[in-house]
Amino acid sequence: MNTQTPMIDVRQIRKAYGVHEVLKGIDLSVNKGKIVSIIGPSGSGKSTLLRSINMLEDVSSGEIWLDGKQVNRPLKGRQFENHINHIRQEMGMVFQQFNLFPHLTVLQNIMIGPIRLRKLNRAEALDRAQTLLSKVGLSDKGNAYPARLSGGQKQRVAIARALAMQPKVMLFDEATSALDPELVEEVNQVMKQLAAEHMTMLIVTHEMRFAAEVSDQVIFMDGGVVIEQGAPKDVLSNPVEERTRAFLRKHLSH
Amino acid sequence: MSLDFSVVPDYFGILWTGILWTVLITVLAGGISILVGIAIAVATLYGPRLLAFPLRGVVFLFMGTPLLLQLYLFYYGLSQIGIMLPAFWTGVVGLGLHYAAYNADIFRASLQAVDPGQAEASRSLGFSRSATLRFFVLPQAMLTALPQVGNNSIILLKDTAVLSVLGIAELVLNAQRAISETYRPFEFYFTAAILYYIVNLAMEFLLRKAARKAEAIR
Ligand SMILES: Nc1ncnc2c1ncn2[C@@H]1O[C@H](COP(=O)(O)OP(=O)(O)O)[C@@H](O)[C@H]1O
Ligand SMILES: [Mg+2]
Repeated sequence: MNTQTPMIDVRQIRKAYGVHEVLKGIDLSVNKGKIVSIIGPSGSGKSTLLRSINMLEDVSSGEIWLDGKQVNRPLKGRQFENHINHIRQEMGMVFQQFNLFPHLTVLQNIMIGPIRLRKLNRAEALDRAQTLLSKVGLSDKGNAYPARLSGGQKQRVAIARALAMQPKVMLFDEATSALDPELVEEVNQVMKQLAAEHMTMLIVTHEMRFAAEVSDQVIFMDGGVVIEQGAPKDVLSNPVEERTRAFLRKHLSH
Repeated sequence: MSLDFSVVPDYFGILWTGILWTVLITVLAGGISILVGIAIAVATLYGPRLLAFPLRGVVFLFMGTPLLLQLYLFYYGLSQIGIMLPAFWTGVVGLGLHYAAYNADIFRASLQAVDPGQAEASRSLGFSRSATLRFFVLPQAMLTALPQVGNNSIILLKDTAVLSVLGIAELVLNAQRAISETYRPFEFYFTAAILYYIVNLAMEFLLRKAARKAEAIR
């Protein structure tokens, strides 16, 4: 029996924009060191779900837990700010559009979080940043500004920036879908390497093959609800639900 | 009476002092216009409504009325009700605030133009709202605002001449002093114009250099 506390635990979260309910009671959990992928058609609420976990969106109801601590604690004002600023340091987030800081060099992008938030001194932060840069294969780009990098390089820097905070989990929101096809693989490689190191990851992706390869579990979402979830071989190769089948027929055909 | 520039070198000292004061006033008032401009932009964008609304009103008042009138009001108007301000600082602060109003509009637009993804990336790392503004949003807005704020600073340089009405010994007033001794208005006004032009060119040069650097980053 599995008695460990999940790293990420989402319980019945709902989120509406005005009258339009985008998340209609989502449950999901990710155990330590596991990789869960979320797939589903565009507009099904995948980004909203990920953003809600990081409280970039506030949910209408439900609970979000990170390693036994409630993320959306019912605090007010300053107290909530302090709480959320701390808990976000434990979650790395990678965006589709990279969102690197264009006025900072690659190294500065990676170092600023550890220096300002984790209170590392410059030497420690530099050391950590350089280690991460070599890990994502960009040791020679430390002093470049993001404008000089390709999309694939930007996304690898963004991953290094998130990792520099030494988060407990990593959230990826379609990390490769803004990339030219030939640049996808280099980012996937980095994510696979993290998987091999047992980083806990929640990955929104449109790449079925990648999901099949790295995930411990795959979740298919549509219309703000989880339609089906399970091992990748079940959900991706042998889905039970007709909606999952229809979605996969469309996305595996090319 | 024909033109005779040979008297000008005799008054080099007073003209030099004048241009130094002009540059000093430009730096001080320019600094105020930028700092206060940023403060107003931030307050009107992110501050409480109760502060933002009246502040917008004050900004329009500053932009909608002549600088000369504002200076008269601060200096002579306030002295009538017992508030005596030193002429120099009245001039510097008045000029600075006048241009702060213009700069505030530019900074507002630049702040709003920063990609919201920047703030999201910052917040997702765990930075607070104010740190997000300070480390990421504001620096990028400053880069966007640079050309326009730079232009305002050049216009501000020229408007330092208005401060001569308060008896501040900047370039125009010092030229007038030379004229009152020599009765040669053309020569001295013309020389003053050249001096303004040189400072102007220097500012434009620096500005273009900075803008090119900023462009490489964006
Ligand atoms: N800020 C917003 N305001 C209003 N509606 C939104 C907003 N963000 C997303 N939505 C809507 O929420 C739904 C889910 O969006 P999203 O989570 O981005 O889906 P996905 O990532 O699966 O493509 C969509 O219908 C989208 O139009
Ligand atoms: Mg999305």
